[in-house]
Amino acid sequence: MMLKLIFTTIISAISVLGMSGTATAAGGGDVTLLKKDWSFSGIFGHYDKASMQRGFQVYLEVCAGCHSIEYMSFRNLADLGYNEAEIKAIAAEYEVQDGPDEDGEMFMRPARPADRMPSPYRNDNEARANNNGALPPDLSLIAKARAHGPDYLYSLLVGYGDAPEGVDVPDGMYYNNAYSGNLIAMPQPIYGDDVEYSDGTSTNAEALSADVTHFLMWAAEPKLEVRKRIGVATVFFP
Amino acid sequence: MSAAKFSNPVVRWIDHRLPVFTMLDHTANEYPTPKNLNYMWNFGSLAGLSLVIMIVTGIVLAMSYTAHVDYAFESVERIMRDVNHGWLIRYIHMNTASFFFIVVYLHIFRGLYYGSYKAPRELLWILGVVIFLLMMATAFMGYVLPWGQMSFWGATVITNLFSAIPLVGESIVTFLWGGFSVDNPTLNRFFSLHYLMPFLIAGVVILHIVALHRFGSNNPIGIDTKGKQDTISFHPYYTIKDIVGVAMFLLLLSVAVFFFPNAMGHPDNYIPANPMQTPAHIVPEWYFLPFYAILRAVPDKLGGVLLMFGAIAILFILPWLDRSPVRSARFRPVFRIFFWLLFIDAIALGYLGGKPAEGIYVTLSRIATAWYFLHFLVILPMLSVFESTKPLPKSISEPVLATTVAAE
Repeated sequence: MMLKLIFTTIISAISVLGMSGTATAAGGGDVTLLKKDWSFSGIFGHYDKASMQRGFQVYLEVCAGCHSIEYMSFRNLADLGYNEAEIKAIAAEYEVQDGPDEDGEMFMRPARPADRMPSPYRNDNEARANNNGALPPDLSLIAKARAHGPDYLYSLLVGYGDAPEGVDVPDGMYYNNAYSGNLIAMPQPIYGDDVEYSDGTSTNAEALSADVTHFLMWAAEPKLEVRKRIGVATVFFP
Repeated sequence: MSAAKFSNPVVRWIDHRLPVFTMLDHTANEYPTPKNLNYMWNFGSLAGLSLVIMIVTGIVLAMSYTAHVDYAFESVERIMRDVNHGWLIRYIHMNTASFFFIVVYLHIFRGLYYGSYKAPRELLWILGVVIFLLMMATAFMGYVLPWGQMSFWGATVITNLFSAIPLVGESIVTFLWGGFSVDNPTLNRFFSLHYLMPFLIAGVVILHIVALHRFGSNNPIGIDTKGKQDTISFHPYYTIKDIVGVAMFLLLLSVAVFFFPNAMGHPDNYIPANPMQTPAHIVPEWYFLPFYAILRAVPDKLGGVLLMFGAIAILFILPWLDRSPVRSARFRPVFRIFFWLLFIDAIALGYLGGKPAEGIYVTLSRIATAWYFLHFLVILPMLSVFESTKPLPKSISEPVLATTVAAE
């Protein structure tokens, strides 16, 4: 009886939370959430390095023009399977400010693996000024900062379409099936074939969206693999 | 109780001057514990364990945390990404907070069911309610520290409640904030107090245990122990039983920490605090939802605040509201029905607290709130008078032996 009571309480507690989460996601309008089978879900979940590398490419070529990813450093790319030389080469393509030097001057130098990924804008005001007044959110934690994170991001990226009859879409707004309220300030970022993959995998809109979501999940929860590995060893240890 | 009972001369020398071994011996071997305690009596030790886990992980987290509005969120992310096993320490801290409340709620409902608050354990119960209040304050301030959206807006909503107090309300809120909005001074004092209060809790826990040891544990039958035949020593019988509970607790905690670390949190708290943008629905942590529902059930702000605090304050006078001489619900057939109704009512309030305050949810919240107060203020006093209770066994050993014989 006691065990049943504990379980009932825990389950009801969790379901209450789950429901409050759903209530937050539903801000009006019809919201469609596509459920995908991610390699990182489940207790044995793990990241797919090839997919993350492709997703990183999508991030750089499609998202990085507007969205920063400020908690990620170049050195973190080792998790994606890049070796030290490759990471140094990727970092060196960016210029970051350093200093002051001996003369008290700030100067620009090529980025090093220990540097954070540079942001596309100097500050929020510049970001707004370049985006019709809307602020493109930082993507470091986006996969954890939305209810049903990865499924939601994927649904959002593939969720653009024509507004149904009777829905008025104002200038500078776009219709999206997954976004709360259906009107989003971000123009459709992925149409398919936006980037060219070197590994020859599909570059249709679904594949690109799934890859970049995979990358963003890793960016939000880089310790997921080690967490689940320790979890399996802790909970199922004979 | 003389020091002579210890054979080790070092132990004897120390114990003669500082009787710590006598105290331990008293707790483990001499302290009589009713022999019929069931697993519902595990939650006290589990709450103690939770407090220890919270203090240990919290001290480690504080080593890498920065209490400043510009750096708090980032320092938490640094803990999650760059501090060795920082993610593990933080997820343990986050999830044990929830488990602490689960365990304490079960502990409270155990006390309600078996009448553990009744004479001569009134002060034991009241100290427990004090611990519960301190826990709520500590948890609230801890949730503010990561400085996410829910941290900021939760702090804004809850501190603003005090503005409902007539005349001095606004001044109190300014005093709490250390300024004219939730800002850096607020975060700094919350961090300071969040570090202090667990040790206050530990102090009240000691008083709680001293009060417990005065008359010993209540038991599922709710009658006093009448002698040696009714009791067993705490060690090894209840130490081993507590360890079973600890194993179960740690297993469930591990499942949460390793597989669902964010299930009991809110995604909005991974968005840095932004005073210019209010979240669509501001909800507190799940363990506050029943009280949040009571707060919102009342259309008047001051009334809501009074009722919310009243919901806890009522627990202080519970020993004098329920005057039935029978403690355990096992012998109170009508009380037992109302106990389970209260349990359902509390779950319902928790559910409603997480829903937007509109439409049917408001009506349901009002009904559930009314029932909560009705239970304590009307039903319990009436039951004390009108309920016909079942006959009580003569001693604890009598029904225990009776079931043993029946089982054979």
